[in-house]
Amino acid sequence: MKIQTLLLVPALLSAQVSFDRLLHTDKEPQNWLTYSGSVNGQRYSALDKINPQNVRNLELKWVFQARSLEKFETTPLVVDGVMYMTEAPNHVFALDAKTGRIFWDYDYRASKDARVCCGSVNRGLAILGDTLFMGTIDGRLIAIDSKSGKPVWNIEAGDPKLGYSITHAPLVVKDKVVVGVAGGEYGIRGFIAAYDAKTGKEAWRFYTVAGPEDPKAQKTWDGDSWKNGGAPAWLTGSYDPSSNTIYWGTGNPGPDWNGDDRAGDNLYSDSAVALDADTGKLKWHFQFTPHDEFDYDAVQIPVLVDANWQGKPRKLLMWANRNAFFYVFDRETGKFLSGTPFAKENWAIGLDEAGRPMRAPNMSPTPAGTLIYPNLFGATNWYSPSYSPRTQLFYIPSWQDSNMVMAKMQQKYVPGQRYTGGLPRAANAGRRGTRNTPVEDSAYGSILAMDPFTGKKKWEFKMSDVTDSGILTTASDLLFAGGREGYFYALDARNGTELWRASLGGQMEAGPMTYAIDGKQYVTIASGSSLFTFALKE
Amino acid sequence: MIYRGAFVTALLLWSLPAGAQSVDAGGPLYRVHCYPCHGQEGESVPGVSFRSGQYRRASTDEELSRIILGGIPGTGMPPTNLSADERRNLVAYLRSMHSTGESAKGAGDAARGMAIFDGKGACLNCHRVRGKGSRMGPDLSDVGALRNAAYLEKALTDPNDAIAPANRFVRVVTKDGTAISGRRLNEDTHTIQLIDEKERLVSLNRSELREVVLVKTSPMPGYREKLSAQEMTDVVSYLLSLKGSQ
Repeated sequence: MKIQTLLLVPALLSAQVSFDRLLHTDKEPQNWLTYSGSVNGQRYSALDKINPQNVRNLELKWVFQARSLEKFETTPLVVDGVMYMTEAPNHVFALDAKTGRIFWDYDYRASKDARVCCGSVNRGLAILGDTLFMGTIDGRLIAIDSKSGKPVWNIEAGDPKLGYSITHAPLVVKDKVVVGVAGGEYGIRGFIAAYDAKTGKEAWRFYTVAGPEDPKAQKTWDGDSWKNGGAPAWLTGSYDPSSNTIYWGTGNPGPDWNGDDRAGDNLYSDSAVALDADTGKLKWHFQFTPHDEFDYDAVQIPVLVDANWQGKPRKLLMWANRNAFFYVFDRETGKFLSGTPFAKENWAIGLDEAGRPMRAPNMSPTPAGTLIYPNLFGATNWYSPSYSPRTQLFYIPSWQDSNMVMAKMQQKYVPGQRYTGGLPRAANAGRRGTRNTPVEDSAYGSILAMDPFTGKKKWEFKMSDVTDSGILTTASDLLFAGGREGYFYALDARNGTELWRASLGGQMEAGPMTYAIDGKQYVTIASGSSLFTFALKE
Repeated sequence: MIYRGAFVTALLLWSLPAGAQSVDAGGPLYRVHCYPCHGQEGESVPGVSFRSGQYRRASTDEELSRIILGGIPGTGMPPTNLSADERRNLVAYLRSMHSTGESAKGAGDAARGMAIFDGKGACLNCHRVRGKGSRMGPDLSDVGALRNAAYLEKALTDPNDAIAPANRFVRVVTKDGTAISGRRLNEDTHTIQLIDEKERLVSLNRSELREVVLVKTSPMPGYREKLSAQEMTDVVSYLLSLKGSQ
């Protein structure tokens, strides 16, 4: 029969996603090949078919409804018309990106030992060749065939019984897959590790809590406190091919709100780390919040920008931090160039010349509680920022005026149990049910456009409720983002003017992305438990 | 629901040979009475796994038969009106779902089976195992965790009887005359998704198609004449050894 004859013809593979393609995503903006759309973390697309003039003609093309009611934090990948995405906790789908119809799915059932602080979530996948990579809530990394959805290998990165999990999209660098672990509320010892993409074999590991292999930094932890020091690395890093360097953010030291037993700076918690991509060796680090007692994870997308700094071309690293400061560094040396607050804070009176915060007196959690700005969720968090090389503005999903009473308590480490050393309460941000009923001093969310070269606010788009949505900018100077209220917005990236909005009814806890098929541009965002895709009316 | 209905109907139409073994007769009963909740592999109800022989409230055949008849009050397990013979057949089928390499008929040599699979059987021309071979047919890397020996042997000798609806092939012709063949992955009223002979994921609008033919037979050749009984047993043992990556 004919089909059988056809089958015996040697199979030709369609174009594979080489590492070279991942490095040059600007040359194929119709695809979205990494979590942030590029290895530089800018979440900026060169697509411009949808523009400020026609954006009002956007219409819904299709909806993917998740079976899971867990938070939907994924950013899909799109490769030559096929969309790869995850629904919580670890259910992978290949969809026709034009219609949303399903090609295959792979439902990984995580171990019941999995323990996660803040939702059984997943933020997406990485791809290399014809293999997808997914971290799991039970601390594993799985390689999956992109054509069939079948697992290729599956390895344990960290023991789920001790609270290790992986929630973010991996980063592919050369022939390796790089991930960090979550578990900062369980007394883990955080790390970032690279695995061979073909076999899953660990190639290197960098401990984000310095131990005996790094005695000088280990001294920043009192006694044995480093053993359960946390510093998880639960968000995707960025990569600079010109220096072969990986940039990654690390999380809070544990226990979160009680630093009594971990006197010292607690390296490398709450830091930006620059690692050699081949060896994992530390090139430099910068600690945003030394001896953190507020849960201010530096778990944000490192944004790499090549631009003029004070008249000279420079390789920059831009970083809007949970601790309410916006930073710019020389990413080749790690030199601190500037730091300015972008939201109300009261824990530091400012940054010194080296960028180290000067702590405000008596602003630490006490047993009775201390009112701290911003609250534990921070002035921003893991939600993707965006940098537009056209507007040269840095866009931050921000929480303004948030506060919380942070109280500490004594807590002993018990393997696998929460290890937070405190009990924050009385936050003034985030609704407490189905309705939003803010009062005069409630926190609010905003999309904030910063001029990174001056540290000055350019414009602000205010929302009544706070936001957990990432931001996307495009080459037509559009900005897409949402918020907890369920609105999905298109703004003019130059001035913040609202040009279009859709009421999607569920809060957005994911980053928007865009792609094109047959010359038609699409924009996708997860909201509530559904994934929505828009395009211009025919 | 349309899909599941079609699946059940197809299996009901699968006529039973005279004097069938009770396991064969139990299969269709399983699809109608058990499949909707327990799933194809009997693992969909927490705490119960027919595949690994794990039952929550029964150990003997008699206890199983009693539960099939009376259900479990206060749970989702309903009573049935199956006859004693039907229940016996169904219990035999449930037991057959729990099968390991040791219980394969005539326990073969998995290493020899792999050589046949990769060599004279030419199975990799259509199937894929641990990253090797074609994606046109189903990936068999975990088939040993999903299927028992009896099923695998049937699939090798009579592929047309064993092809699952999820693995059927489809041939479409677009309005401009292009013919595309592949394994159907998904379909609905307006679209159809398949993996084509170049291993591309293809999604098509029916409105742009002139012809859609769902091929009911398996493209796989039967191996009854091609392999000796021992070779067949070896291949089955090899397939049973494939348990996936975890």
